[in-house]
Amino acid sequence: MTALLRLEGLRIAFQHRTGSTEVVRGVDLEVGPSETVGLVGESGSGKSLTCRSVIRLMPSHARMTAARVEFDGRDVLGLSTSDLRQHRAHNVGMIFQDPFSCFDPTKRVGEQVAETLRVNAGMDRSAAHDRALELLASVGIDRPEQRFRAYPHELSGGMRQRVMIAIAISAKPKLLIADEPTTALDVTTQAQILALIEQLRRDSEMAVLLVSHDFGVIAQACDRVAVMYGGYVVEAGPVDEVCAEPRHPYTRALLESIPNVESAGQRIRRAGIPGQPPNPAELRPGCPFVERCTLARESCHDVDMTLAEVAPGHVTACPIVAAAVGAASSTRGRP
Amino acid sequence: MLSVRDVSKEFILRRSAAEWVRRQPGDTHLAVNRVSLELARGEILGLAGGSGSGKTTLARMLIRLVEPDEGQIVLEGLDVRAARGRQLREVRRRMQMVFQDPYSSLNPRMSVGAAILEAGRVHDQPGSEAGGPFVARLLDLVRLPASAATRRPRELSGGQRQRVAVARALAVGPQILIADEAVSALDVSIQTQLLNLFLDLRDELGLAVLFVAHQLSVIAEVADRVAVMHLGEIVEIGPTAEVFRAPQAAYTQTLLAAHPRHVALAEALIPGGPA
Repeated sequence: MTALLRLEGLRIAFQHRTGSTEVVRGVDLEVGPSETVGLVGESGSGKSLTCRSVIRLMPSHARMTAARVEFDGRDVLGLSTSDLRQHRAHNVGMIFQDPFSCFDPTKRVGEQVAETLRVNAGMDRSAAHDRALELLASVGIDRPEQRFRAYPHELSGGMRQRVMIAIAISAKPKLLIADEPTTALDVTTQAQILALIEQLRRDSEMAVLLVSHDFGVIAQACDRVAVMYGGYVVEAGPVDEVCAEPRHPYTRALLESIPNVESAGQRIRRAGIPGQPPNPAELRPGCPFVERCTLARESCHDVDMTLAEVAPGHVTACPIVAAAVGAASSTRGRP
Repeated sequence: MLSVRDVSKEFILRRSAAEWVRRQPGDTHLAVNRVSLELARGEILGLAGGSGSGKTTLARMLIRLVEPDEGQIVLEGLDVRAARGRQLREVRRRMQMVFQDPYSSLNPRMSVGAAILEAGRVHDQPGSEAGGPFVARLLDLVRLPASAATRRPRELSGGQRQRVAVARALAVGPQILIADEAVSALDVSIQTQLLNLFLDLRDELGLAVLFVAHQLSVIAEVADRVAVMHLGEIVEIGPTAEVFRAPQAAYTQTLLAAHPRHVALAEALIPGGPA
């Protein structure tokens, strides 16, 4: 399978007067055609910046470097300004956590969908209008003619997210990047939006890169997942396998921290993860999780965070776990 | 300890210019509709519901940040709705609120210690005249080092700021904490630490907690009883285990069905090692 998106050695640093702070510290990531890949991590792990690198959407003081950012066989890093515009317009659609701040509050939402079509697909006014109505209907908005004339503030959060999805898929992109698309929504609306994304992915053979801090959402929606911590991918693999048999101490601790409705009333007290997430400005070489890790030892300060395979397609940055898993499987293999 | 009977609140939405000229009444929205509940000493009551269900309005009415239109609120014989002046201050001393965003609920220019001390002094709490030891005791209660007293809110992480907000609430010696989405904005690993803190405070101080949250899983693990709100009404209330195992109301069933599935851990991190 040739990958649709290939990131290699991605690094992103914020520049400031006294130097720079690296917040993404060498990330490799692949997304195949019509595959759903999850990027999970807590705030400050670098997951949002990583997904924005695909369309080079960086804050002005951020500097991005990579060995490779390749989309559909083309080098994204080398794109000229006009080619980058085309890349953003046609190849990749993106939706964000807060659909309200992405709309112009003074324009009717339908006009904003139609505007995208006029600018990016060069449609005339009436063709864009008709296509916008079709798009609104395709993202599950009933009475699209009426909603077309609504202003953003007149729609509910779930409805606004649907309109944003309509804009994002208007150019039939090969990849949809969804950055915390359901975080601001109720659990019932969240389920509907995830179902809509999945339906669109299947119908139009579009790949999805889903960014979330919520492992439950990732487990439900994705084929593969990459877990980020302190600017690194610490573990990646098939989502069911990573959830059932995590192979990095951080992934395991994170999964153990998640409260769950099945333990209702049992008064269990979760151990959680002691300490605080690392401050990127104070990060030293070695594993960023070392201060909160139960397996930590002296050698962890020298770990280079390269990923080792522990099962087909399942990789971890923890050499201690990788070595133990390797030893266990070789003894099992012996007659 | 706290008894709420048939409390309602209707908001009047802004009238359009035409309605104002014609002296017509504006549209109204019944945010809370005849809600009743009880909260016992040392009990954690979860209040669940989607956005717009009225859970925050209900929580705010308990300390009269929102005036109820009708109904009765009684805190250990004290009529909350009739309280004025010193009595209202006493109501608010006994019931303290912790909000979702500690960044906007703490004064950014005041040190953590000063913020805690101010709350204690306003309510003449014993020990608050001494300053240092009073602040140190409260920081210790929320598991923060005494050195945090000299920090400003922006120097702390989100989880630490929320601990400060809890310490400030505890400074006035409340019997009830009203936690309105107090852990919702925190990362999972930090959220667990805060949930454990609420459980500890209940055990150590006998505090009752009204725990308002939209996340069912969080409520499932901390609450003794749970009340589910929908469209301004409590559609179901009961012991947490019962409500989550066998939900009776259709809305509770919908909520539970929409919840992301639980990820079960099968094996130890290292095969053959301890779990």
